[in-house]
Amino acid sequence: MSQTTRRDVFQAIADPTRRGILTLLTLQAMTPNALADHFDSSRQAVSKHVGILTECGLVTQQQTGREIYYHLNTQKIKEVDAWLEPFRKIWEGRFSQLDELLNNIKTNDHDRHTRNKDR
Amino acid sequence: MIDTQETRIVKDPSGKKLIVTRFFAAPLTKVWRAWTESRYLDEWWAPRPWKTQTKTMNFAPGGSWLYAMVGPDNETHWCRTDYQAVEPEKRFTGVGAFCDENGRLTDAIPSMQWDIRFTSTGDGTTVNVHLSFDNEASLEKIVQMGFKEGFTAAHGNLDELLARL
Repeated sequence: MSQTTRRDVFQAIADPTRRGILTLLTLQAMTPNALADHFDSSRQAVSKHVGILTECGLVTQQQTGREIYYHLNTQKIKEVDAWLEPFRKIWEGRFSQLDELLNNIKTNDHDRHTRNKDR
Repeated sequence: MIDTQETRIVKDPSGKKLIVTRFFAAPLTKVWRAWTESRYLDEWWAPRPWKTQTKTMNFAPGGSWLYAMVGPDNETHWCRTDYQAVEPEKRFTGVGAFCDENGRLTDAIPSMQWDIRFTSTGDGTTVNVHLSFDNEASLEKIVQMGFKEGFTAAHGNLDELLARL
């Protein structure tokens, strides 16, 4: 399998600066300059991160008058939530079995132990 | 009666940690035993239709639990948890990893740090599972691996439902 550069939401949120940018954009659309003011890194560095976020589909750019504004694509952010879903299913499955087991330990701990040996 | 409790999963801002929280309607002593004795773990640890089969277990600091997760087609994944700190009926920590049947670790899959805390709350017990990884990429890999199992587990639940109809 060839190594390709990944451009998806997970790559987007893998970097702390990019997470910072996303957090700022949840509050309002921002110009490149206003955004860069929030970071110690250079404007070029911030703009490079915005570029990656754009390629990942998380940020869109809109021209308003002379200014460019960065907007957050909230729909895309939901993919992160969806990603956790299978993980949640495993734990929910596990835990409902544990509920059942706890219920059984409560009533007939001894019987259960004996029964297990026979399996 | 069994209530369906909500399982809360939160991703820590560091991006390297997942925190799973769940309430169980049972006293702390019982919940603790279910998490720390292999005969009980074998009954619930693997999401259905997978099964847990313990090979060896020594629940103590420095001890370990070697077990297999066996799938519906008998596919087998060996896992090992090395226990570190144990504070009875309060908390235990350890490192979980994939390995072969002799417990030799496989490097391909990142290991995870477990920190599990038990608290008596109301008429039951709250369990907090902290799952930490060396880096975000490892966390991502583990959760993605859950994809397959998650679907399998979901199907298991469906089977169960269908059988009852």
